[in-house]
Amino acid sequence: MNRHHVIAGISAPDRRLMAAGGLIALGLFALPLFGSALVVDKLTLLMVYIILAVMWNLLAGYAGLVSVGQQAFIGLGGYFVLRLVESGMPPFLAIGLGGFLVLLAAWPLSWLVLRLKPAEFAVAMWVLAETIRSIVMFDPLVQGETGRSLVSLNAIDPDVRRTTIYLMAVVAVVVSLVLSHALLRGRLGGESQAIRDDEEAASSVGVSTLRVKRWIFLISAVGCAIAGTIWLASAITFQPRSAFGINWSIFMLFMVLVGGLGSYLGPVLGALLFFALQEVFGDFGAWYLAGIGVVAILFALFAPRGIMGLIIGKTGQEPLSMRKLLIMREG
Amino acid sequence: MFDGVLQALLQGGLLGGYYAIIAAGLSLMVGVVRFINLAHGDMAVLGAMVTITLTEVGGVPVLWSIMIMLPAMALMGWVMHATLFQRAMRGGFLLPILVTIGLGAALQNGMFGLWGSNTRSLGASIGELSWASWILPGGIILGKLPVLIFVTAVVVIGALHLMLKKTKLGRAIRATASDPEAAEMCGVSSRQAHRAAAAIAVTLAALAGVFLAMRGQVTPYSGPAQLIFAFEAVVIGGIGSLGGTLIGGMVLGVSQSLGGLISPQGSLLAGHLVFVSVLIWRLSRDWARDHGGWRASLAISAIKLRRRLTGGAPAPDRAPSSKGAA
Repeated sequence: MNRHHVIAGISAPDRRLMAAGGLIALGLFALPLFGSALVVDKLTLLMVYIILAVMWNLLAGYAGLVSVGQQAFIGLGGYFVLRLVESGMPPFLAIGLGGFLVLLAAWPLSWLVLRLKPAEFAVAMWVLAETIRSIVMFDPLVQGETGRSLVSLNAIDPDVRRTTIYLMAVVAVVVSLVLSHALLRGRLGGESQAIRDDEEAASSVGVSTLRVKRWIFLISAVGCAIAGTIWLASAITFQPRSAFGINWSIFMLFMVLVGGLGSYLGPVLGALLFFALQEVFGDFGAWYLAGIGVVAILFALFAPRGIMGLIIGKTGQEPLSMRKLLIMREG
Repeated sequence: MFDGVLQALLQGGLLGGYYAIIAAGLSLMVGVVRFINLAHGDMAVLGAMVTITLTEVGGVPVLWSIMIMLPAMALMGWVMHATLFQRAMRGGFLLPILVTIGLGAALQNGMFGLWGSNTRSLGASIGELSWASWILPGGIILGKLPVLIFVTAVVVIGALHLMLKKTKLGRAIRATASDPEAAEMCGVSSRQAHRAAAAIAVTLAALAGVFLAMRGQVTPYSGPAQLIFAFEAVVIGGIGSLGGTLIGGMVLGVSQSLGGLISPQGSLLAGHLVFVSVLIWRLSRDWARDHGGWRASLAISAIKLRRRLTGGAPAPDRAPSSKGAA
């Protein structure tokens, strides 16, 4: 009799959840057929939030890299699209290519920042975001603080434009969810969680911590850039101060922290909740943002694993968990 | 041209005094508590706002406002550490970042809610000090306020240094910084030392905020930029070194004012670029040290590159003695 361990496959309830997710995605694709322009615009914003939350969670929840400078890639993605469109490229092609250019920019940066200590990494990313913003503001096209509009997008019929951007956003959400699921279920997921839980132990059993961190850093940079380009396409105007604003980081942190750091579904929940809060309380302006800060502090101190953590505490298991479960087989 | 550069060097160096004060608080927290407070800049702005309100609304003379505000901010730092930071630090490195960035958002927007978006300044309340200056031979203008700020920075950092070296509290703080557990065994309460360090850090931030409001204007959203300057000064000067913050602040100030000569937007960019260069230099130095010195590590890189280019050819006969040196 030979006993050995295997990693458990995807459980039946998880399969049902994934099927439900697929149905929701199909529904979202069909929505422009009957949804009003306002609904489509709002949902585009929600999609942008979901992408950002998923990407920030990849970094912080799975690789243990807390960045308060992901706005560097959001803004840079937007800037590249602006530049490409101004040089005559069709806008929707530019949105895709913008993400690729950010990958080229993020690669040398990763060499620098991933060697820092965790807390230094957080602030250094912020300083880099400010540095990139200062450089972008030198471009005469951006005109310093003034910014510039994607004029050529205005030439497209508004309904076609809105629907196209929305569909791109839905595709981007589906891709980022499917891709991060595949990554986290695979080797990279196991390695990254090992690093997050104990970096020294992980490297002592042969995990190349720098390689794993770099992969996740680059994926997250591209994801943020694509979210940034979609946001720019729907907002039309590129302003350095808002595109590179620290508010993006606060929003990402809030969504992931409240939804559930280091869980697969947590950021999606967090994005939905944040979107709802913004719809209800957004008119309160500064006080609303102050409230977001206070809620983030309370969650960090009293429920650091967020709503997902509370659900796990109740039911005893995490839906769509990325943890590796070893089961013993005989034979 | 030459006069312009000389003037910029002088002004930048003096501006470094302001950066040193705000950076000293951050450096103390990083060095002693191993904690980066991302709301450090917002504390500075809060200090400025409270002082401005006391002076303008309460009619209290500026100096008295500062004297009232500083102990209040020290108390706030102490309480904040006892309630928020200490709890956050138990959750590893992640929670402190999350808590303090949340705190920053709450402070900025709370101040906006209370005081509105108008830019505010202490310039009008300090009379001729805000514009008075000495004229040096060669037509170089030396503002009295920047000199006052710089002298204060030197005094504050000197006093902090003496306090850390000579007093009981200073010894407790240093002991906690080097080994909290050993310090506890010798009867030093690391909690008290951490709280004291937080109180000092917030006081320094608030003092810097007052100077910021005297030199120019503040808005509720000025904080993040101040944190970034402070962090840059700390990194340029060497993390955890108090004297380094003065040097780091001056280097930052000089690079900003020289950058400002090139273009108005060049000022911030020059500071950022100096920071990034120092970071690159320091990281590559550490990398070289871990690989047996510059020569050995460059040789290893060259061999690796050659192997990759030639498609994994066998290593050359005579590999450099990298392992022996490391």
